[in-house]
Amino acid sequence: MLVLPLSVVLVFSFGERAPAGGWVPAFTFEQYANLPSRLTAFKNTLTLAPLGTLAALIIAYPLAYQLAVRTDPKWKTILLVLVIVPFWTSILIRSYAWIFILGGQGLPALLETVGLEGVRLIYTPFAVTVGIVYGYLPLMVFPIYVALDRLDKRLLEASSDLGATPFTTFVRVTLPMSISGIATGCMLVFILLMGEFLIPALLGGGKVFFVGNALVDLFLQSRNWAFGSAVAVMLILVMLVTVTVYMRLISRLSATREDVSIM
Amino acid sequence: MRLYSLLVYVFLYTPIAIIALFSFSAGRSASQFEGFSVKWYGRALNNPFVMEALGNSLIVAFVSATLASILGTLAAVGLQGIKGPARAIFDAIIYIAVMIPGIVIGIATLIALVTVFDVVNPWLASLWPEGSNPPALSMGTPSLIAAHTMFTLALVVLIVRARLQGLEAALSEASADLYAPPFRTFRLITLPLIAPAILAGFLLSFTFSFDDFIIAFFVAGSETTLPIYIFSSIRRGVTPEVNAIGTMVMLASLVLLVIAQLILRRSDKR
Repeated sequence: MLVLPLSVVLVFSFGERAPAGGWVPAFTFEQYANLPSRLTAFKNTLTLAPLGTLAALIIAYPLAYQLAVRTDPKWKTILLVLVIVPFWTSILIRSYAWIFILGGQGLPALLETVGLEGVRLIYTPFAVTVGIVYGYLPLMVFPIYVALDRLDKRLLEASSDLGATPFTTFVRVTLPMSISGIATGCMLVFILLMGEFLIPALLGGGKVFFVGNALVDLFLQSRNWAFGSAVAVMLILVMLVTVTVYMRLISRLSATREDVSIM
Repeated sequence: MRLYSLLVYVFLYTPIAIIALFSFSAGRSASQFEGFSVKWYGRALNNPFVMEALGNSLIVAFVSATLASILGTLAAVGLQGIKGPARAIFDAIIYIAVMIPGIVIGIATLIALVTVFDVVNPWLASLWPEGSNPPALSMGTPSLIAAHTMFTLALVVLIVRARLQGLEAALSEASADLYAPPFRTFRLITLPLIAPAILAGFLLSFTFSFDDFIIAFFVAGSETTLPIYIFSSIRRGVTPEVNAIGTMVMLASLVLLVIAQLILRRSDKR
């Protein structure tokens, strides 16, 4: 039931646009030859999706660490639930809240009172990145928390007993042990970001758009289904390639780690 | 470190708090708080467009969650019996279903449905007598229900299967030993034991469907659901009325999800 619609997209991508919008069957690679006209959307997606993922990771890791390693077990569950609760509520509503905060009468007005005038935040790549980090942070915290929570705390004690500074313990023990959580979190967030439409539509103001926005435009406004399908097929291909390369990298990373631990 | 965590929580809750706060503003402006008032809630609840969108959302969410629960449970129970490579393929398909971005599902469903309509509609027309108005399938509530059912089905399968794996095989074996036919074992033993998981799956599917914007955007045709209504209102400019609707939607989703989690938690303890 899922394979069928996806193969229909593939078939459509070889067709042509009907004069009145829609689709007529054909076998042409014309749509794929046209792909460079949507290069900006692919560029934006392929820069802001990894950047947003990285930003989410940097912000999520210390929080996950604090929750898993440093927090009293009594409070752990409650604090973790508090991280996830926003994720349960509508992303549409949570994203548009940032229009207030980043818009003229929000943060920029606040910055003006301290002397910084004319700062423009809304409808910039920055706004889209903030929206992304905000929307997907819980999804990043959770897997890292799970990985760190499973970590045997005696290992950390052993490390400091052997004279390691807290920093060395973190780099040599904690961080490698949480790689799997980092990998899962990054992959989840990255995959979802590749198809993102709402956040760039609301916070990018037509200037910072993703492939998702190009797709909505092609399917619902210009009704060029054949070209839209080619863009969708390309998006799926890019996703498959990046995710495969990424998985390879991660498994190599954890393989070398095991070599080190055997030594 | 503590301060840092606190800051992250502030980051997570500020936008939600702002929406809730401004929904109580007495003025027209969405960015200035002009005294406390609940009038925007009244305005939202008396707006016929909002009510129509809400009605559509509720119907779609209820029907698709019901279908997904029934089909998903059957699929999960059926999958229990399958072993080996076929099982691995089904598992992969289910994980893919959860991983694929909503936008791709939306497009794929739109195209697949239109293709089906193109085949079925001339056929339907050929069955009807000349000159009469034959029924024609088009995008709308049924296509929305179909798309949401397909998407949430995987969710139900995952939840129900997790519960099935936790069940003791001895229970159904004992039932079979006592000469219960397979269906009676299912009805009297398995079903009551997995009922909490099915209910939780239903509530999760309901919330997913109710909150979904992107799939609905593609397949709703000229129908409106609440998220589509909110999205187009934001385009025209945020008002305290939109904030009031948003606050109510967030609260409703939250209550449903908390109930779903509580049901899952309690059934795990037993």
